[in-house]
Amino acid sequence: MSVPLTLLGLLERQPSHGYDLKRDYDTFFARGKPLSFGQVYTTLARLARDGKAIAGAPEPGDGPERKRYAITEAGAADVEQWLSQPTAPEPHLQPELFAKVVLALMLGRPADRYLDAQRAAHVRRMRELTRLKEAGSLVDTMLADYGLYHLEADLRWMDLTWARLKELREMVATP
Amino acid sequence: MNTDGSLIEARDITKSFGQTQALRGASVAVRQGEILAIMGPSGSGKSTLLHCMAGIFPPDSGEVWFDGQRLDTFNEAERTRLRRTTFGFVFQFGQLVPELTTADNIALPLILNRTGRKAAYAQAGQWLDRLGLGDKAARRTGELSGGEAQRVAIARALAIRPRVLFADEPTGALDSLTGEKVMRLLTGLAREQGTTVVLVTHDAGVAAYADRDVMVRDGRVTTDARPVRA
Repeated sequence: MSVPLTLLGLLERQPSHGYDLKRDYDTFFARGKPLSFGQVYTTLARLARDGKAIAGAPEPGDGPERKRYAITEAGAADVEQWLSQPTAPEPHLQPELFAKVVLALMLGRPADRYLDAQRAAHVRRMRELTRLKEAGSLVDTMLADYGLYHLEADLRWMDLTWARLKELREMVATP
Repeated sequence: MNTDGSLIEARDITKSFGQTQALRGASVAVRQGEILAIMGPSGSGKSTLLHCMAGIFPPDSGEVWFDGQRLDTFNEAERTRLRRTTFGFVFQFGQLVPELTTADNIALPLILNRTGRKAAYAQAGQWLDRLGLGDKAARRTGELSGGEAQRVAIARALAIRPRVLFADEPTGALDSLTGEKVMRLLTGLAREQGTTVVLVTHDAGVAAYADRDVMVRDGRVTTDARPVRA
């Protein structure tokens, strides 16, 4: 996920101080990996340098210098482009798992048992995410949903591969 | 409780329908209060396994134990009594009586189990309030949405306080969000009541609500057939 574009998006919502941006970012997007203040201010400085955001005059107050940042037209255009472009699909089909299955069949090892073990690990993770949904906020639920659907896609691949093991075994049997 | 500490157990059961062998020596055990998901592809025998465990029909061979009793040796009348008094059922399509109201559908099994009519309807009303369907008490179940009908089916199944709830693809006809609500309700209430649940599903997302899952392939349970002892 792009931190600069996410911060720009938050700035489009409303001009903000670095402190407020960090708080909003951590609330909605950090999921256990909060941004450091240093990262926030470095990113804001870079966005300002590139003309994506503009810093207001320093405001008086205790502590570090406070500036309110606002998004520019160029920044808003970047956010719009980012949001409207689909993210490149990730290769959820793990190459390692595929390699293990094929290699197991080549070596006459129990690929079905390997798949079942992997399957059990996936379902276990799905149970954890489901418990998270039951106990968590709506944001947690939505993120867990995303993870669950991807794990489910892997599982469907594993089940189909399981059903195709005989055919696959015959195919890889010939060196 | 069975001798192995489980509440319900299938031991090496087989079942054929004509030339088709649905179960080829399936074994699985479920602990008291456990929510078990039985998974498997279409035609794997998972629903047949549930039906044998629930006494809907007996296996051709093998044993089904429930609370120290050989369920597979029960005659039809004994199995019917057990299904009416001790087991609850939720199927893909709620199998409610569409001509009756939601309150009637929940009260009916209670009345059949000798709860007085007034008390049965009072309990039905409490269930409906709890499910957010209090205003639908007088509606015929044929007029309910799929999600509402499944919630009523869950209430009907749990109203008799069954020891085991058997659920066969309970969200199979629902969209994702409604299915999620139904599963939360089903598992939440079952845990609250300490009801053991045997859940058949092909959907890993649904199985993830369970405490444990087993896989049925070609009429056999291939993974993790035994619970870890509590």
